[in-house]
Amino acid sequence: MFLQLKNITKRYPGVVALDDVSLDIIEGEVHALVGENGAGKSTLIKTCTGAISPDEGTIVIQGQEFSALTPKLSESVGVGVIYQEFNLVDELSVAENIFLGRAPRKGLVIDRKKMESEAAKIFQQFDIKIDPAELVGNLTVGYQQLVEIAKAISQKAKMLIMDEPSAPLTQTEAKALHLVVEKLRDSGVTIVYISHRMDEIFKLSDRITVLRDGQKVKTIKTAETNLDELVKLMVGRELKETYPQRNHQVSDEVLLTVENVSGTIVDDVSLQIKKGEVLGLAGLIGSGRTELAEILFGYKPKTSGRITLEGKEIESKTPKQAIAKGIALVPEDRKKLGALLEFDIKENISVSVLERISKFFTVNRTTEVDIAEGYRKAIRIKAPNLEEKIKNLSGGNQQKVIIAKWLATEPTLVIFDEPTRGIDVGAKSEIYELVNSLVESGKSVLMISSEMEEVMGMSDRIVVLHEGRVTGELARKDFSQEAIMGFASHN
Amino acid sequence: MNKITTFKGAGNGFSAFAKQFGIYLVLLALLIFFSIASENFLNSHNLLNVARQVSMLGIVAVGFAFVLLLGGIDLSVGSVVTLVNIVCAWLMVNAGWHPVFAVVVALALSAAIGFMNGWIIANIQMPPIIVTLAMLIIIEGVAYLICDGLPIYGFPESFAVIGQGYVGPIPIPVIIMAIVMALGGFILSKTFFGRYFYAVGGNEEAAKLSGIDVNRVKYLVYTLSGFFAGVAGIVILSRTNSGQVLSGKGFEFDVLTACVLGGVSVSGGFGKISNVLAGVLILGVLSNGLVLLDVSQFVQMVIKGVVLLVAVALDSLQHRKAS
Repeated sequence: MFLQLKNITKRYPGVVALDDVSLDIIEGEVHALVGENGAGKSTLIKTCTGAISPDEGTIVIQGQEFSALTPKLSESVGVGVIYQEFNLVDELSVAENIFLGRAPRKGLVIDRKKMESEAAKIFQQFDIKIDPAELVGNLTVGYQQLVEIAKAISQKAKMLIMDEPSAPLTQTEAKALHLVVEKLRDSGVTIVYISHRMDEIFKLSDRITVLRDGQKVKTIKTAETNLDELVKLMVGRELKETYPQRNHQVSDEVLLTVENVSGTIVDDVSLQIKKGEVLGLAGLIGSGRTELAEILFGYKPKTSGRITLEGKEIESKTPKQAIAKGIALVPEDRKKLGALLEFDIKENISVSVLERISKFFTVNRTTEVDIAEGYRKAIRIKAPNLEEKIKNLSGGNQQKVIIAKWLATEPTLVIFDEPTRGIDVGAKSEIYELVNSLVESGKSVLMISSEMEEVMGMSDRIVVLHEGRVTGELARKDFSQEAIMGFASHN
Repeated sequence: MNKITTFKGAGNGFSAFAKQFGIYLVLLALLIFFSIASENFLNSHNLLNVARQVSMLGIVAVGFAFVLLLGGIDLSVGSVVTLVNIVCAWLMVNAGWHPVFAVVVALALSAAIGFMNGWIIANIQMPPIIVTLAMLIIIEGVAYLICDGLPIYGFPESFAVIGQGYVGPIPIPVIIMAIVMALGGFILSKTFFGRYFYAVGGNEEAAKLSGIDVNRVKYLVYTLSGFFAGVAGIVILSRTNSGQVLSGKGFEFDVLTACVLGGVSVSGGFGKISNVLAGVLILGVLSNGLVLLDVSQFVQMVIKGVVLLVAVALDSLQHRKAS
C-alpha cells in the first residue's frame, strides 16, 4: 500500500466537494481516477499534493499518518504531480527546467555538462528522445509534458499523479505518453491517472476508481469491468447512443463557399458548407484547422482568396463583423478564449447581443435575464442560479454557456473547435444533441475535432487538412480512421 | 454537480462584506480618529471644505478608474489638467474669448488628447504606461510653450462661479463631482459600454472573440479619461483664478492612489465607482486632517506614498488569494 485516504471530507461554502471518500493506492499500480466534471477528482488530487487540507479524515503514506499535507511535505514523501498547465520556463533549456532551483554546481557556476548528462540519463531510462540542451519553448506540447515527467522523476517521485495528461496531445503523442507511463510503472513508480478517454484507461490502468458528486462510487479491477459498466457508474444512468441519430436531409443549397483562401498556415483552401450540414474538419495539430476557423470568424486576417456566404462575398475583418453576418465560433481554449471567467452565467450569455438588447446604451436587464433563463432551461445548464460566475462551473456547463451565447446571436453557421475537449461523457452527448438540433433547424456546422470517432460520428462530410492544405474529402459512406489518417499525414 | 448544502462559514460572510464595504469602514475609522484628535475637524464648514478639495480628484478618478478597469493606465491626466488650465486661461485672457467658448474648446482638446492615447494604445499596441508617459511630457512642454511658464490671470468675473460658487450650502465643484460620479456609475453598471470595460479588462481576447470592438472600447475609455481630466482642469482654473503650469503636477499619483484604495484592480477587470468615491474621500480626509494636526508637508508626502503602497499590496494579495 503506497497511499491510503481514509474518510476524507472537504467542504466548500455551499458544496461538499469530497464526501467521506476512502481510497487505497497500491504500490506500483496504475490507478485510474474517473468521473464527470465536478465529481471531485481535482479536490482529491489537491488533497494528495497538500494544496488543500481536508476537513475530516486522514491520509496515510507508506505507514505515516497525516491529517493534512503541505506541498513541501507531499513532495518529500515522494508524491509528484503533472498538472494540465505545465510549470515550465519556455526560455530555459530542457535540462535547466528539470533541475530548476537545484542545478548541480561546480563552485559558484552551474555544472551544465553534468546537468545535461543527468537529464539524458533519465530520458534514456524511459526511452524518451529529447535533446536536454533544447529550449523548452521549441518543443511541442507532447514533449513538454515528457519534460515535466522527467522533472518529477528527477525529484525522486515514488507516486506520480497525472491530471488528464493526454487531453492536449495528438494521437501519436498520446501513444508515446502511454509507453512512458508503462515504463514508469515497470520501474516501480505508482501512478494515479486521470482521464476522460476511456480507451487509454482500459489500456493503461490496473484498477479504476469512479467518483460521482464528491463520493466514491466504486473501485474496480480494470480486467473485471467494461466500458458500459464504467460509463453507467460515472453518470449514474444509462446513456443513449454516443452519437445520436439525425433524421433530416442535408439541403443542396450552399451556405458558405471558401475559395483559395490563404493566411497563417492556411494555404489555398477551398471548400463548401451546405445548409443543414455538419462538415467535419480533420487533421493533425498544426494542420491549420483552427487557423482556418479564425479566418472565417474574422479573428485572423486572410492574405488572399474569397469567402462567400449565401452567394454574397463577405469580408470579415473582426469577429464583430463575422457575427453580424451570422457566423459563430466556439473556440478550442475555453478558459482563455471562450469564457469571460469573472462574468456570471447571464452576462456570458448576453455579451454578444448586448447592443441589440440595449436602448440608449442601457442594457435591458429583463430581456437579458429572459434570454439567459431561456437557454439555461433549453440546454440544461446546471447551476444554482444565473448569477453564478462561470469560473465556478464544470467544463461541460461552461461549454454549454458559451454555446448559449452563440445561439443567442442567431447564427447561420456555427464553428465548433474541439467542442468536447475535457468534457465528461454526459455533457458530451448533450452537446452532440445540440449540434444535431442546430442542423435540423437548417443551420450549418463546421466541426473541428482531433477525436476520430467524434468527427466520424457527427459529420455528414469530412474535409482533411495537412500543413494548411486540403488533402482529402470524404463522404459519410467512405469514413474510416485509416482514410482520414492517410489524408492527414498525407502519405 | 456537487451537492448543495446549507453549510456557510460565518467568516466567509464577513469577509465578503469587508471586501464590498471595507473601504468605508476605513473612512469611518479615519473620520472618528480625526474628530477626536482635532477639535476643528468635525464641523460642516470643514467637511464641506474637504469635499470641495477632493472634487477635482473625484472627477478625474472616474475616467482613471475606467482606464484601470481595462487593465491600462493613464499617466497623462495630470498634464491634461495643466494644459486645459493654461489653454482655457489663454483663450479668455490673451484671445479675449467668451468663457463658454474657451471652456468648450479646452474640453474638446482634453478629449482629443485622450482619444490620441487610446488610438495609439489600441492600434500600435504600445504599453499604455509608455504612451501616456510620453504624452505627459509632450503636453507639459506644450503648456510651458503657451504661457512661457508664467501664470495667466484676469478672467471675466462670471468664470469664477464654476470653482467658487455655491448652490445653497454646497460648493459647485462638489456638485460637478457628484454628477460625474453618478454618470460614471451609470455607465459602468447600466450601459453595455460598462459591461465591455469589465469584459476587455478581464480577458481582452475572449472579449474580442465575443464580438466586442475592443479598439472602440479603448478609444472611448481613454477619451473619457482625458475629458474628465479636462473638466477638473477647468474647475481648478476657476478656483485659483489663474492659469498655472503646476496646476496638475503629480495629480496622476493621487488619482491612482484613490482608485486603488477604492478597490479598482491595477490588473484590470474589477472595480466600482461607489468605492472609488470612498478612496477619494479617504485621501481628502487624510490630507485635511493632517494639516489640522499640523503635520508637515513632507511627512504628508511620506504618508501618501505609504498609503499607495499598502493599497496596491492589498490588491495584489487579494488577486493571489483568488488565483
